[in-house]
Amino acid sequence: MDFGSINPVLLIAALMLASTPILLAALGELIVEKSGVLNLGVEGMMIVGAISGFIVAVETGSPALGFVAAAIGATIMALIFGVLTQLLLSNQVATGLGLTLFGLGVSALMGQSYVGIRPPASPRLTFFGLSEVPVIGPIAFNQHAMVYVSLALVVAIWWYLKRTRSGLILRAVGESHDAAHALGYSVLKTRFAAIAFGGACAGLGGAFLSLVIVPQWTEGMTAGRGWIALAIVVFASWRPWRVLLGAYLFGGVTVLQLNLQAAGIAIPVELLSMSPYLITILVLVLISSDKRRAAANAPASLGRSFHASA
Amino acid sequence: MKKNIILAAIAALGLGAAAQADTTKVGFVYVGPIGDGGWTYEHHQGLLAVEEEFGDKVETVYQENVPEGADAERAMTQMALQGADIIFTTSFGYMDPTINVAAKFPNVKFEHATGYKRADNVSTYSARFYEGRAVQGHIAGKMTKSNKIGYIASFPIPEVIRGINSAYLHAKKVNPDVEMSVIWVYTWFDPAKEADAAKALIDNGIDVVLQHTDSTAPQAAAAEAGVISFGQASDMAEYGPTPRVSSIIDNWAPYYIDRVQAVMDGTWESVDTWDGISTGMVKIGEITEAVPADVKAEAEALRDAIGAGEYHPFTGPINKQDGSVWLAEGEVADDGTLAGMNFYIEGITGDIPN
Repeated sequence: MDFGSINPVLLIAALMLASTPILLAALGELIVEKSGVLNLGVEGMMIVGAISGFIVAVETGSPALGFVAAAIGATIMALIFGVLTQLLLSNQVATGLGLTLFGLGVSALMGQSYVGIRPPASPRLTFFGLSEVPVIGPIAFNQHAMVYVSLALVVAIWWYLKRTRSGLILRAVGESHDAAHALGYSVLKTRFAAIAFGGACAGLGGAFLSLVIVPQWTEGMTAGRGWIALAIVVFASWRPWRVLLGAYLFGGVTVLQLNLQAAGIAIPVELLSMSPYLITILVLVLISSDKRRAAANAPASLGRSFHASA
Repeated sequence: MKKNIILAAIAALGLGAAAQADTTKVGFVYVGPIGDGGWTYEHHQGLLAVEEEFGDKVETVYQENVPEGADAERAMTQMALQGADIIFTTSFGYMDPTINVAAKFPNVKFEHATGYKRADNVSTYSARFYEGRAVQGHIAGKMTKSNKIGYIASFPIPEVIRGINSAYLHAKKVNPDVEMSVIWVYTWFDPAKEADAAKALIDNGIDVVLQHTDSTAPQAAAAEAGVISFGQASDMAEYGPTPRVSSIIDNWAPYYIDRVQAVMDGTWESVDTWDGISTGMVKIGEITEAVPADVKAEAEALRDAIGAGEYHPFTGPINKQDGSVWLAEGEVADDGTLAGMNFYIEGITGDIPN
């Protein structure tokens, strides 16, 4: 098949860029859900991160500080969710949905005077001569710093869940909070930490949109990416490597279909437009098709409230 | 207790009626946020102009981010129930919802932008954006070095297809080697997707990006890659002098003021308005110094000729994509065909999705 003017190297570099916000948000939500908490407010936290990061980056001129602020802003949102669901025992689904609505509204308010402003550029990293190496250079050595951070996070989360004591406790809390509590682990502390981490990751994902991909502030700019991240966590059956696969697959097919259109390849556009959703779901359903194992992978206490008295 | 509530309700109704007597309530339904910097932003400028013009005599309400579909009916119904006298529904996809809601509220006037279905209390209005596209196409054809120009299109509706045809036609006129790639993104507003689409075009060797979506994200992508672009719906002047070398500005304010005035005077009638450069509904934003002086002069001459009615952007000979004759030598397209345009002209590759 002739791919015309599509350059596979640029395509891979572009897909890594386009997938990063979803990957970051999904990794955060993975940890949250592993601790037994279902936070549907990813979209709201992402967009608050997007505007917090944007405001600080514009005011200070430093994209790095912007990312820090994005993580903090979204963490505050996540902690609101934490207080409501963990201390006041509100319903997690309803609170999460509320958090998304609140985030969309509050971000619009915060961003009112930041419409149409250009943020400071966050340049791609270059590694001396390495970026110029054909094929590998543009893919591996010429990306934005956050792309490397997101990949490092995949490894770190995998290591954390699989190989550390604290990761084991987190999983125990997610599987059976009563048992973990009986063993003397603090369910609340663990869950609060997980919720805060999830918020920070979603915030970084949002800021990657507003500072790197787009880069500017517009209301509602996350446009549903938080929901995609949520879906990817489920389809990836709560495994970090599959989250990476799911996010890159979704981003990859999105970028590929746009490139196929740009190159004028004769495939019906309708088919191309729905392909990211279709292919991502298909692949992830296939790899998690062993029903028993997939079900066993879902944290058993997911979405259930915990109170020490119960 | 109950009695009090009823009394309060009656009082509130009474107040509402009193307020209604001397103010005209104007509603706007928006498809995106007013801060999109493009399409919805310009409609909202129209709302602000109405407030400015009539002061205390009008009361305005608007709702942002209303999806095109069932939810739009809910938003319109709510406005009508709140006592709106005239409601502007500002996106193509609101066409059927507008007609449905208008049938339920015969005393409320509706104005639907860019559609083609009217009723006794539903007017339609649109701008001849394709006139502006002709100017952009001219500049694009002259400015491209790779002879490849790209077009980010939203939905396959006549308004968008007209723009693609007009831009291509006028690029081809000044540069016979030009090729155009069209990307359909199926959204009016998704900055990240628009940015991805712009990057995909640029990665495929395109050096002029035209957009028919509402955010400024493609401008930012063009700036990073060092190619040129055009502001869409709004001036997007903050991206000048380059990548944004010119723009199409939708200037709705005069129309909105006119129509609200008509409601006040009781002279409102259902009409179909389709204005362009001549009345100022379509404006061409400043052509920046990134464009050579001779190209700029030609583009301005083209703009003025269209504005004066001396030149129609769709003047034959023009063939359809399949090579059949659409317009013979010197023949000018009629509004009916333009309003329902569902075909590419000769030379554009690819198919229009259904």
